[in-house]
Amino acid sequence: MNSETTSPAIPPGANETLPIERVDLRREFNEVGIGEVLDQLDRELIGLKPVKMRIREIASLLLIERIRKRMNLTSEVPTLHMSFTGNPGTGKTTVALRIASILHKLGFVRRGQLVSVTRDELVGQYIGHTAPKTKEILKKAMGGVLFIDEAYYLHRPDNERDYGQEAIEILLQVMESQREDLVVILAGYGDRMDKFFASNPGFRSRIAHHIDFPDYSDHELLEIAEIMLRDLNYKFSAAAREAFVRYIVLRKKQPLFSNARSIRNALDRIRLRQANRLVSDLDRVLVADEVMSLEASDVLASRVFSNQF
Amino acid sequence: MRITQGCFSFLPDLTDEQISRQVQYCLGKGWAVNIEFTDDPHPRNSFWEMWGLPMFDLRDAAGVLMELNECRKVYGDRYIRMSAFDSSHGWESQRLSFIVNRPKDEPGFRLERQEVDGRNIRYTTRSYAVDRPEGSRYGGK
Repeated sequence: MNSETTSPAIPPGANETLPIERVDLRREFNEVGIGEVLDQLDRELIGLKPVKMRIREIASLLLIERIRKRMNLTSEVPTLHMSFTGNPGTGKTTVALRIASILHKLGFVRRGQLVSVTRDELVGQYIGHTAPKTKEILKKAMGGVLFIDEAYYLHRPDNERDYGQEAIEILLQVMESQREDLVVILAGYGDRMDKFFASNPGFRSRIAHHIDFPDYSDHELLEIAEIMLRDLNYKFSAAAREAFVRYIVLRKKQPLFSNARSIRNALDRIRLRQANRLVSDLDRVLVADEVMSLEASDVLASRVFSNQF
Repeated sequence: MRITQGCFSFLPDLTDEQISRQVQYCLGKGWAVNIEFTDDPHPRNSFWEMWGLPMFDLRDAAGVLMELNECRKVYGDRYIRMSAFDSSHGWESQRLSFIVNRPKDEPGFRLERQEVDGRNIRYTTRSYAVDRPEGSRYGGK
């Protein structure tokens, strides 16, 4: 940032008249402030290697595109529509928020807001209701990112008169004709998104980036749990952490496991049990450390442990 | 005769880019932009028809331009104007209005002098365009 104050990379107005020949890549990188966002992504999101990789690639492309534009090397606006697929609780929405700010920093969306919608907000209830509704959302998302969660609900194959199809057509049209005005991100569970794309080939071909969110490993889930606890000002005792490692292994084998979301729910229940344990003995003085720490017994009281016998 | 109503009407017609900059200014102020059209150009005609609802909660002018282009497709032979509504306390009224589309030729107004009692005269302006019924003015279908 301080390089900006010493001397501007190009004198103002010069980029209109003659294209620049050379660019200091590091300065450009720092000026955009993209490194900071990517580092934050690395720091705050555990795991998700392929996702981070892809975001880095996209960010690099956009940085180079920016420089190419200043060098007057003509090129089309890259297609930035994306689809996020992955199991529940793998961080799709969280990443979408970051994408909006990355694209904004690079100047590829003008405002950088994220408009998050589901079927309800796009599809109307009677004839003639859908188009204005969808357009209204699109207008609000202009200059930013439109995030459609569980996008496969837009298409209802069992009902051919479903209004979802109308919303899909309007979306496709705007995605194609106003590529520089907004970025659309579709998200949903892998298998159902595949079916959705199979029945709407137009969508598949208009989306350049298909990013698959992998499930977290046991170790990553533990890290996520510890970050969540730190944010809530709690901590595991050594025995509790060891118990929680076992909890994760057992919980993953059970049905309806949804990654980070299950972890968050488990932590909420552990906090309940901790509170109950503290309240059960009223005749004592609590210190801050006791209120903060979760003990092994809080973890081990979980239903997950009782089922294995 | 070129009619001059609202902002910028003594300037050459705004280009789409200029329109979008003006709209962005309105959005930046938190005003809701509305598109209206009419084929009755009389300056006292305050009943312009609305193209959809006023657009609240927009962040970027591209959305408004999208609607404007839709409106031009249907009513490109009429006057279209943008108005910006300020909902903040104390204002609660229109803050800005400007014409963004006008018919190819504007036939102008006839001045009628009605001679009344004594030597008095009452003046009326009447647009030549409104001699024809609504919808078929300005070479419409």
